[in-house]
Amino acid sequence: MSLLELDDVSTGYGSFRALFNVSLKIEEGEKYAIIGANGAGKSTLLRSICGLLRTENDKIHFDGKPIGQLSPHKRVGLGISYVPEGRWVFPSLTVNENLLVGAHSRRSGMWTVDKVYELFPLLSRLRQRQALSLSGGEQQALAIGRGLMANPRLLLLDEVSLGLAPVVVEKIYEAMPAITSSGTTVLLVEQDVGQAMKFADRVACMLKGRLVLEGVSGEMEHDQIIAAYFGV
Amino acid sequence: MVWANDIIQGILVGGLYALFAAGLSLVFGVMRLVNLAHGDFSILAAYIALAIVGSLNINPFYTLILVMIVMAVFGYVIQRGLFNFAMDAGPMQAILATFGIAIIIQNLLLEGFTANSKGLDAGRIENASIKISDQVVIGWFPLITIIVSVLVLVGLQFFLGRTRMGRAFRATADNQRAAQLMGIDNRHLYGVAMALALAIVAIGGVFIGIRTTFVPSAGPIRLIFAYEAVIIGGLGSLWGTLVGGIVLGVAQVLGDHVNQGWGMLVGHLVFLAILAFRPQGLFAKQAQ
Repeated sequence: MSLLELDDVSTGYGSFRALFNVSLKIEEGEKYAIIGANGAGKSTLLRSICGLLRTENDKIHFDGKPIGQLSPHKRVGLGISYVPEGRWVFPSLTVNENLLVGAHSRRSGMWTVDKVYELFPLLSRLRQRQALSLSGGEQQALAIGRGLMANPRLLLLDEVSLGLAPVVVEKIYEAMPAITSSGTTVLLVEQDVGQAMKFADRVACMLKGRLVLEGVSGEMEHDQIIAAYFGV
Repeated sequence: MVWANDIIQGILVGGLYALFAAGLSLVFGVMRLVNLAHGDFSILAAYIALAIVGSLNINPFYTLILVMIVMAVFGYVIQRGLFNFAMDAGPMQAILATFGIAIIIQNLLLEGFTANSKGLDAGRIENASIKISDQVVIGWFPLITIIVSVLVLVGLQFFLGRTRMGRAFRATADNQRAAQLMGIDNRHLYGVAMALALAIVAIGGVFIGIRTTFVPSAGPIRLIFAYEAVIIGGLGSLWGTLVGGIVLGVAQVLGDHVNQGWGMLVGHLVFLAILAFRPQGLFAKQAQ
């Protein structure tokens, strides 16, 4: 049984359809990346997995259970943690408080405030700072740390590198092995194809709301990816 | 010294206004709900106390815990059962829902208790006072009121600053959707916020019922005082509500001193002046 199964998911915002018949299986412990251009439906896909968008109940299964109609806070309880595009840190809370709120669901596991500071040493000296005053990279690290505080089985990362300087992106990706080595499954959405290929076991490419290419990251042809990415 | 006495009396009245304002500010801060029934909830609390006093024949002070519990349960139920759905429909629908509840409460109280003014008799404590000098006299009851309101604010500050649920409140106030992604059940949290707000306004309602008389239609004017206190103090600032209440209370007492009946007018004028010259309030949070 796969950890996450999407079966023919179609969804959208109001009358606008952003996803068309997407089916996907992700195994426990896997590193999976979804690439695609702006507006390809990558974020929409993650939002329907974390519950910000609802689908028909049995279109999405997590650990064998149908979750398509569950509210986001219940999905967190099951072990799905979503790190949103744009980070959404709590601006008036301190860094430390942001992490504590991340643990609201009280799921037990290896991730604690101290472990997150170990993972992102840059956050450690900012504990008492308001999240509002953090740089983009610091906010991204905080958002990932906060997501880990729920001790997820499945971590959804949305556009990690968006708007960040390359050196900062490198730093954040350096933390990934520590996250995945604990057995956490990671589903990553990324516009940076190189970064995604380097990180993931398997990669899928989206185009105009459809999954158009899926494969093992080492075995995919460059031309094939380009074609799927741009739809040429 | 006469003025000093007025100012002291105004500060003490401010404690009462802070009790009204704190719950209002909490509800607006956490869920952006403009609760037009807040004043009527305080009147409802006073009538519940009256009913308990009538049937058990005890001092209204002792009804306080019971009234707070009843109001808290009522708050949770009405939030989960009505306001949450109204808020889903939109902010305007939510305001209208609270407005409708305000009218229903006023009319039910009118049915049940008539339009005659009622009061809660707390016995000797109502008139007992400490004489500081010939002109300055502090009533025990107003003093208790302001002490209680300070304790309530300290308690709220502790709750918001140091507890898991309090952090969830602030996270939800910052970003409701992100809070849900942390596993926070916002519908339950809104229920808790309303329960807390109504427990606090219950104290205010019982205290003002002891201090003066009340009628079923007195809610809206209290709502206005509460809003004025919140805005004078600064939206989102806990201690600002106390300062706002005090500024309003002092303005009213001084106004009344100049001319009986000017109190309310002067209070409104101070409020308008704050709106005109410092619209963010005296203690507004740093702009974000």
